[in-house]
Amino acid sequence: MTPPPASHDSYGALHDAHYDSEGDQPLVRPYAMTGGRTRPRYQLAIEALVSTTADPAHLATLLPEHQRICHLCREVKSVAEVSALLQMPLGVARILVADLAEAGMVAIHQPGNGEAGGTPDVTLLERVLSGLRKL
Amino acid sequence: MVAGGFGVGKTTFVGAVSEINPLRTEAVMTSASAGIDDLTHTGDKTTTTVAMDFGRITLDQDLILYLFGTPGQDRFWFMWDDLVRGAIGAVVLVDTRRLADCFPAVDYFENSGLPFVIALNGFDGHQPYTPDEVREALQIGPDTPIITTDARHRGDAKSALITLVEHALMARLK
Repeated sequence: MTPPPASHDSYGALHDAHYDSEGDQPLVRPYAMTGGRTRPRYQLAIEALVSTTADPAHLATLLPEHQRICHLCREVKSVAEVSALLQMPLGVARILVADLAEAGMVAIHQPGNGEAGGTPDVTLLERVLSGLRKL
Repeated sequence: MVAGGFGVGKTTFVGAVSEINPLRTEAVMTSASAGIDDLTHTGDKTTTTVAMDFGRITLDQDLILYLFGTPGQDRFWFMWDDLVRGAIGAVVLVDTRRLADCFPAVDYFENSGLPFVIALNGFDGHQPYTPDEVREALQIGPDTPIITTDARHRGDAKSALITLVEHALMARLK
């Protein structure tokens, strides 16, 4: 008898305690890296922009997923891009980015008037229009 | 937002005008989302993945426009509700050979009040119906622009976006 192979994923041991067999479910449950939380501390728009403000020297102390986000967002990225490029579900990206924002490691630029869901104002629409015409 | 039926060319449209190759983000519905979407028929602990393609256009140093293709499965309304918040508007792509495919999107945007334009995607350059015919068939009011487009061409996609933003601006100024 050989023991089952040890898991070599990058998410740490967090999921092991919670994992149970569910047929063809993903090997790692999507919300394992958020500690089971499914709601961010505040609502981030999918297009909210994220940029890293953390001192690179402090990154090593972060969880691996947080580190990856901080590395990625040295150039400004949306929450959607964090999700797509780091291959994590959108909801997970939202929670992890919100964690980092609360810890002061990233700055968030919410669209509109600083709140998620604001209808774009006339000035913004005019800027978008002018930008599109110049493309 | 870029909406329309399955296979109508949403990702093609996004890719034609985006500065990056379209990316794909996935939203996972777990049982925790049960209050949002009706999962009663699917049992406990169901995980459903909704994929969404998107692109990006940098318009200015501090202005980035994101284009989100709505999930192909129209039943994932919770994703649409998420996208519609903060959105400028929607381009509803229509394949006139399968007109009914766009009904859910048109209904959704009419109800949500998000400005939208209808873009008839001419496959291989063919436009079998005129915008007027489609307006009649869809019972779309005269205020909503209906244009023809070729989702493969950057110029066409750009011009559809301009029409949309102009329309959204008009709606705001009314």
